[in-house]
Amino acid sequence: MLLARTLDDKFASLYRAGKIHGGVFLGRGQEALSVSVGLALRKGDVFAPLIRDQAGRLAFGETPLDAARTYLGSPLGPMRGRDGNVHRGRPREGYLPMISHLGAMIAVVNGTLMARRFKGVSGIVGAACIGEGATSTGAFHEAVNQAAVEKLPLVLVIANNHYAYSTPSARQFACESLVDRADGYGVAGHVVDGTDLSACLKVIGSAVKRAREGHGPQMIVAPLLRLCGHGEHDDASYIDPKLKASHVGRDCLKVAEQHLIAQGWADKIAIESWRSEAALQVDEAVATVQREPAPDPYKENWCSLASKHLVETHLEIP
Amino acid sequence: MSITYLEAIREAQARALADDPRVFIYGQDVGAFGGAFKATKNLAHEFPGRVIDAPISEDAMVGAAIGAAIEGMRPIIEMQFADFSTPGFNQIVNHAATLYWRTQVPCPITIRLPSGGTSGSGPFHSQSMETLYAHYPGLIVMTPATVEDAYSMLLEAVAIDDPVIFCEHKYLYYHLKADKLPTEAMPVGKARIARAGRDMTIVAYSAMVHEALAVAEELAAEGTEVEVVDLRSVKPLDTDTVMASVARTGRLLCVGESWPWGGVTAEVVARVATEGFGLLDAPPARLNAKDTPVPYHPNLWSAHRPTARSIAAAARNVLRS
Repeated sequence: MLLARTLDDKFASLYRAGKIHGGVFLGRGQEALSVSVGLALRKGDVFAPLIRDQAGRLAFGETPLDAARTYLGSPLGPMRGRDGNVHRGRPREGYLPMISHLGAMIAVVNGTLMARRFKGVSGIVGAACIGEGATSTGAFHEAVNQAAVEKLPLVLVIANNHYAYSTPSARQFACESLVDRADGYGVAGHVVDGTDLSACLKVIGSAVKRAREGHGPQMIVAPLLRLCGHGEHDDASYIDPKLKASHVGRDCLKVAEQHLIAQGWADKIAIESWRSEAALQVDEAVATVQREPAPDPYKENWCSLASKHLVETHLEIP
Repeated sequence: MSITYLEAIREAQARALADDPRVFIYGQDVGAFGGAFKATKNLAHEFPGRVIDAPISEDAMVGAAIGAAIEGMRPIIEMQFADFSTPGFNQIVNHAATLYWRTQVPCPITIRLPSGGTSGSGPFHSQSMETLYAHYPGLIVMTPATVEDAYSMLLEAVAIDDPVIFCEHKYLYYHLKADKLPTEAMPVGKARIARAGRDMTIVAYSAMVHEALAVAEELAAEGTEVEVVDLRSVKPLDTDTVMASVARTGRLLCVGESWPWGGVTAEVVARVATEGFGLLDAPPARLNAKDTPVPYHPNLWSAHRPTARSIAAAARNVLRS
């Protein structure tokens, strides 16, 4: 959580300094939920994160270097400057790079799980993370229903941060709680306080366990608040101050720190030293990437097919 | 013994399933029922657990295929009709088509689109979608016109490491027969000279190849030798074979069943006009369906799409100019 927050903050400052092309999307306020997903998954599982899942990505095994290389467009990163920011992953390692149409990722996770079943692999799960906004897409409906019909070990984590960009939940859905939909699909539903790390670890952990043991798809809805704009270009002026002051507006990172101190598991000095370590790690990663060359259009092969013999050539005026 | 275009598609899938454990078929009614057109007849029985009924969820069908392909499988998706691929369009063009470019992980999926018009099918069971898919980088678009190509190109589609849109023509399903399945095949990416001639070139693909051949037969009786080029795949488009044909004949008509705005025929004419203008003895021409949804009644339908009659008229115009 701390490393993710530190990395996110670094990307935000790089954005403000004009060092990042395109947008920057932070997970501020969503790290407790996110890290719980990443920690509950094992090697061999499948993870399709959403744009606010830096914490989950790191917990699943992403390096700060991969994140920095993608944001800064380094050709040495997993996306090599062809795609950027939060659109990153390593599909061969079960870490799926999203397309922007986030609801579409759920069915792709389903497909990886169907493939595992064909191969006779069991005991694995696939986690798909979305916000409440993506629950309004047709792709969401198709994919949750598909997972239910196929009884797949899908863990669907819905971070309800109350705003899809600027649109409040009241304009997004009309049911009392999104978890009510679980019954309709015939999947298990769980609700967890997304600001409480202990609760997230427990609920996500047990949902992942249930999916792993063959109890079918698990839907988790976590109310929380995004403590930043949709992207760093957005001042989030539309967020209701009452929500900010309410329980969901708590900063999950502070809540977790206070909990550690209250339990006597860590003191302020220890937390401060973790903070310095995280800052060092992030600075090292970013400094490394900043010394790397940018992608070179003359070295780019401009080839979108794996079947090189089927590539069409077009006349180009030099 | 004879085999139809539809049976060839069924046989190709049977062989793909038998030869490669990574292959599975997913689509509506493809299981025990054998598919709306019976293109998967008995396959669920012959290959238990590998021919799977899908809910009416084209987005999720294609999405699942992409996930399975990432895991190394080679799924075949049957869209019940080409027209129904639009709910899956996002997964096809934004996900399947971009995956290799973005990640270097190939996306070997085959999406079968029962395409084109049959009498009485109306606006939503008659469409030709090749133009839309050919527009997007990262997709291969096949349009087989013969029983042999339906078989061999479908096998090649499954073997190719990229997403393939396989446009199989419903009108040819039962009408077209061959004596036997081919043992050798032209590779995908090469157009075929379906009939040689020296006076003009008609470029066509899918069902229109047969209309063009009928025209060539008709004009041959009048002493005009028409060369018919069957594109076989519209992406990649074999410009070399088209250009070589136009170099021989000096005249070009391109025929497609899809709509007139843009598309395959426009692409062919544009390429010939820009790269082979000097080869032309007359302005190149193109013929497509009318710019309306595909009509229901046979009288309207047969006037909506190009037919041997309208192609012959267009060809005579090119020959006169």
